[in-house]
Amino acid sequence: MAKSKTMTVLGRVAEAIPTLIGVVIVAFLLTRALPGDPAAYFAGPAATLESIQEVRVSLGLDKSLPEQFIIYVADLATGNLGNSISTGQPVTADVMSRLPASLELTLFALVLSLGVALPLGILAATKPGTWIDQLCRIIVTAGVSLPVFFTGLLLVYVFYYQLGVAPSPLGRLDFVYLSPPHVTGFYVVDALIAGDGATAWAAFRQLLLPAITLGLFTLAPIARMTRAAMLQVLSSDFIRTARAAGLSWRKVLFTYAFRNALLPIITTLGMVFSFMLGANVLVEKVFAWPGIGSYAVEALVVSDYAAVQGFVLTMAVLFVTINLLIDLAYTAIDPRVGFDG
Amino acid sequence: MSREEPTSTHFSRRQFMKSGVAGAATIGLGMALPFAKVLPASAQGGSTVVIALGTTINSLDLHRKGTNRPSYQVAVNAYDRLVSFGTKTMPDGSLSYDSSVIEPDLAESWSFSEDGLTITFNLRKDAVFSDGTPVTATDVKWSLDRAVTLGGFPTTQMKAGLLENPEQFTVVDDHTFVITLPKFSKLTLPDLAVPVPFIINSKVALANATADDPWATEYLHRNTAGSGAFVVERWEPGQQLVYTRNDNWSSGELPEVSRVIMREIPSPSTRRALVERGDIDMSYEVPPKDALELRDKGDLNVISTPIENSLFVVACNEIFEPFKNKKVRQAMAYAIPYEDIFKTAAYSQGVPMWGASEMSPATTQWPQPFPYSTDLEKAKALLTEAGYPDGFTVPFYISLDLVSWMEPAALLIQENLAKIGVKAPIEKIPGANWRTAALVEKRLEMSLDDFAGWLNYPDYYFFWSYLETSLFNASNYSNPEIATLVEETLHLATDDPAWEPKIKRLIEIAFEDVPRIPLWQPTLSSAMSKDLGGYEYWFHRQIDPRKLSKA
Repeated sequence: MAKSKTMTVLGRVAEAIPTLIGVVIVAFLLTRALPGDPAAYFAGPAATLESIQEVRVSLGLDKSLPEQFIIYVADLATGNLGNSISTGQPVTADVMSRLPASLELTLFALVLSLGVALPLGILAATKPGTWIDQLCRIIVTAGVSLPVFFTGLLLVYVFYYQLGVAPSPLGRLDFVYLSPPHVTGFYVVDALIAGDGATAWAAFRQLLLPAITLGLFTLAPIARMTRAAMLQVLSSDFIRTARAAGLSWRKVLFTYAFRNALLPIITTLGMVFSFMLGANVLVEKVFAWPGIGSYAVEALVVSDYAAVQGFVLTMAVLFVTINLLIDLAYTAIDPRVGFDG
Repeated sequence: MSREEPTSTHFSRRQFMKSGVAGAATIGLGMALPFAKVLPASAQGGSTVVIALGTTINSLDLHRKGTNRPSYQVAVNAYDRLVSFGTKTMPDGSLSYDSSVIEPDLAESWSFSEDGLTITFNLRKDAVFSDGTPVTATDVKWSLDRAVTLGGFPTTQMKAGLLENPEQFTVVDDHTFVITLPKFSKLTLPDLAVPVPFIINSKVALANATADDPWATEYLHRNTAGSGAFVVERWEPGQQLVYTRNDNWSSGELPEVSRVIMREIPSPSTRRALVERGDIDMSYEVPPKDALELRDKGDLNVISTPIENSLFVVACNEIFEPFKNKKVRQAMAYAIPYEDIFKTAAYSQGVPMWGASEMSPATTQWPQPFPYSTDLEKAKALLTEAGYPDGFTVPFYISLDLVSWMEPAALLIQENLAKIGVKAPIEKIPGANWRTAALVEKRLEMSLDDFAGWLNYPDYYFFWSYLETSLFNASNYSNPEIATLVEETLHLATDDPAWEPKIKRLIEIAFEDVPRIPLWQPTLSSAMSKDLGGYEYWFHRQIDPRKLSKA
């Protein structure tokens, strides 16, 4: 059994390869199709036609598209994502420093959001039509309809500007701290590994406001999905049977109903997570968070080809990984789910 | 400070900033420790200044291709040049560089030859790089050679001062350096004081150069090797840049601040909240709206300096048939609602550039108000005279990167143009395309432009924006008289008797032909705590912390 599982996982990874090849090609072509001339942009404010041409040559953009593509793929094969012209760093280094920042924020926001959304959804499903259901509806509607930059600015205004309880929105760490030695790239974890409690606490405090902002936004899909899935499961035959058999309400709710409702919730989670990772640009801007979303947008604005391609590729790998993990989670939660069937 | 400190964390941090590292360790609070732990040997005494920036610093080397404007500050702060500009006090009491005074930097003195074709520089004998090795003429030559050889913007800027070829730079001995020129130019010395020709420690650079990279661009991209007032201590792209004072600096009075933290905060609202709360000392380049409001509130010092040799203009492109006629361009200039634009788009932060009474200039001051003001009757009459009594339709382009001022300005102009029968649908162009479309291809029929010249001479502005070949001539304007006048005045000394009448004539033609209709002269505003003194405006619009001090 275990062996076949390993095989299926490997099979899954193999299946992802054509997808990734497709992503590489599409990302390459799309960036080239972007309007705008990076050579003119990066040649600077007082560039002449010659100096623009010089920049074009030095960026390798004077070559034909197929040539550029071959160079790009050859670099990729050696693990080189190229250099970002806008940050002046290798794209790999940029992604390695920015992806953990986004992951740390997103994961933490997701934990916060789950902590609220799951109980809320379950409660709303068990007591449909009551005040708790209405509360769930209000929170969900508010969460989706408030744009994140607004929630972010509001939280900064209230908790930082007015009350002064939140730390300054200066990014991942206040300037009096140095970033902890890189192990996982998660500042809180790294600081704890280094045994530096003060830095870990400071990094955690910096996380709070942006994570709440993001969490509020993601609460909605998760709570709604939990509620819907629970409602559906609770009305099914086996729950009625279980209750008729005299099992305790708690046992029915958590062992039978919730476990069965988990599949759609996990699916939603996967989608929400991948979406949040790349799409929390506004939160990153408001809190000066050096994440991957704002990196991609800045790169797009200036037609920084290598950076955009690197971002797209990284996100594609992440999506594939997350989908694989979700599939694995399915089999763990529900043994009836097989890879082939 | 007008705001009380609400929490203890706040207090300890502010203390930290004020007392510097030596003091921080003695406060003994856990939170101040890490910095002290890692940086025990850093400068003693002095204070830490934290400045918020909206933009990212993408290189430590100005000469590298792709280095963005905010990165020029590293060349300013971590390096010296042969010469520098003086400092003057502005009418409002703030400090500004003085474009009319050239002061010693690494060169303690210099002299022009009789014919004006060679300049001999005597380097200061006590000048050392931050690693303690002396600055020699060899380093100067290597650095200037690099600036004229690497291509791109630095090379273009060097050319403005007639510095084009390594053969022009000669080492006489360790402390004597000679530049030879094809002809005398008033721009050569000022061009040596701009950020571009910064002096690099050539021994360090060469030790890190490779056959593929003889100018050590990879190394200097990530490291500094200069003799400037500050050393880059940490650079985390996308997050912060930290300078520490170079205690070996000898090109001027040692700065009072011992550490400067430049923190990148993309959101202007967040920057404003931080400086208002007093958690940072300065927000550099605040939007005009914030400048106005913060000045009214009075808790902070807001210093606004008009940006020299800079204008926000409407460019009427002659590829569009009606704009070939100067009467149409004048009609445009009469149709613009200057006052409203200045209030709405500039929040009254800037210098008005309209409403002069004479069609010929009284002085050579540049920029100066143009002889136009809003007069729809006159505009309509001029259009009729030009043969467009019913107006026409012209697309009006703005850049998405600059919407904060371009959008309100364009909307107000559009509204007034409609009153004289001109329809101007507004088209927005993404930032990455803007330069190509507006300046390289010059294909936008009507657009807004914001060119500013570094060297503060009217002829320099005309050179970049009124010649047929000028990059910033988004109007495709061409006038042989302007071309001749610019050629005659560009290198001429300003005290030459021929200079003044020719410049006046240049300005007069600009008044008359208005290929570029000025809206206002923008300002650079920064908001800072009232404890912070010594803020100085520079033409390069980079923060210069050398004179900063904290009460």
